[in-house]
Amino acid sequence: MPEQAAPLDDAAPPWPPLLAPATRFILHGNAAVRAAATAAWGVPFAEEACRARLLGSRATLWMGPDEYLLLDRAPAEAAGDTASGLERAMAGLDHALVDVSHRQVAVEINGAHAGHILNGGCPLDLDLKEFPVGMCTRTLFAKADIVLWRTAADAFHVEMWRSFGDYVRALLAEVARDC
Amino acid sequence: MLIIVCPFCGKRPEIEFTYGGQAHITRPERPSELDDQAWAEFLYMRSNTKGIHAERWRHARGCGRFFNALRDTTTDHFVATYRIDEPQPQIEQPAEPVPPP
Ligand SMILES: [Zn+2]
Repeated sequence: MPEQAAPLDDAAPPWPPLLAPATRFILHGNAAVRAAATAAWGVPFAEEACRARLLGSRATLWMGPDEYLLLDRAPAEAAGDTASGLERAMAGLDHALVDVSHRQVAVEINGAHAGHILNGGCPLDLDLKEFPVGMCTRTLFAKADIVLWRTAADAFHVEMWRSFGDYVRALLAEVARDC
Repeated sequence: MLIIVCPFCGKRPEIEFTYGGQAHITRPERPSELDDQAWAEFLYMRSNTKGIHAERWRHARGCGRFFNALRDTTTDHFVATYRIDEPQPQIEQPAEPVPPP
């Protein structure tokens, strides 16, 4: 007879805490749009695929060939005001700027086992050579879409859609127990 | 799990992708000038290739972009992937299925 599995909440570590509310935009636009947006946002845009640029609390994350996530992890002003500034800078250029600040929540996974914990739900090769510091991408964590961004050798910023927050955080805690 | 090479993101796991049907099918310029037979050909008729097949894929859970792929339908081996603005790579149809590397 196989032993009965232990209950799932047995000694499970706490869920990773949500990071402070951030300002987030999705920007679609060509190189001219990105140059104009850089002036207002203060951070350049990586032309290389799957790369993030960081300056202070603000970052730009490559999501697709003409698509970026703009992230401010410690916003000093309301997202609407920031959007107005960006729109002024990009006036006359074809683009799409969408405020997704409240669509997503984020956690940080750090420590020596960070990569192993994420691999509990994410099939990407997270070896430092394959997924170096500064690399970012949309991918999957189990059944949920996430944005994964390596901010340090042993730290990842993980964005997820708000309604998947409990699912992703509970599963991260469950994997962490086994690591 | 298959590894598929996104032309933008590089090697990625199969579960990040969705299939988009046969590639290089051009929508007729003036559908109203086609007879029913020609319109049905455009809508429904596909090659059902045994061997190397040109088809659309989308990196749906990654960069979100459509691209084209040459896949051997007998082995599921992806022979090549290329952007939709690139020409189809010329690859000889093998006489016998080529096993994946
Ligand atoms: Zn991609």
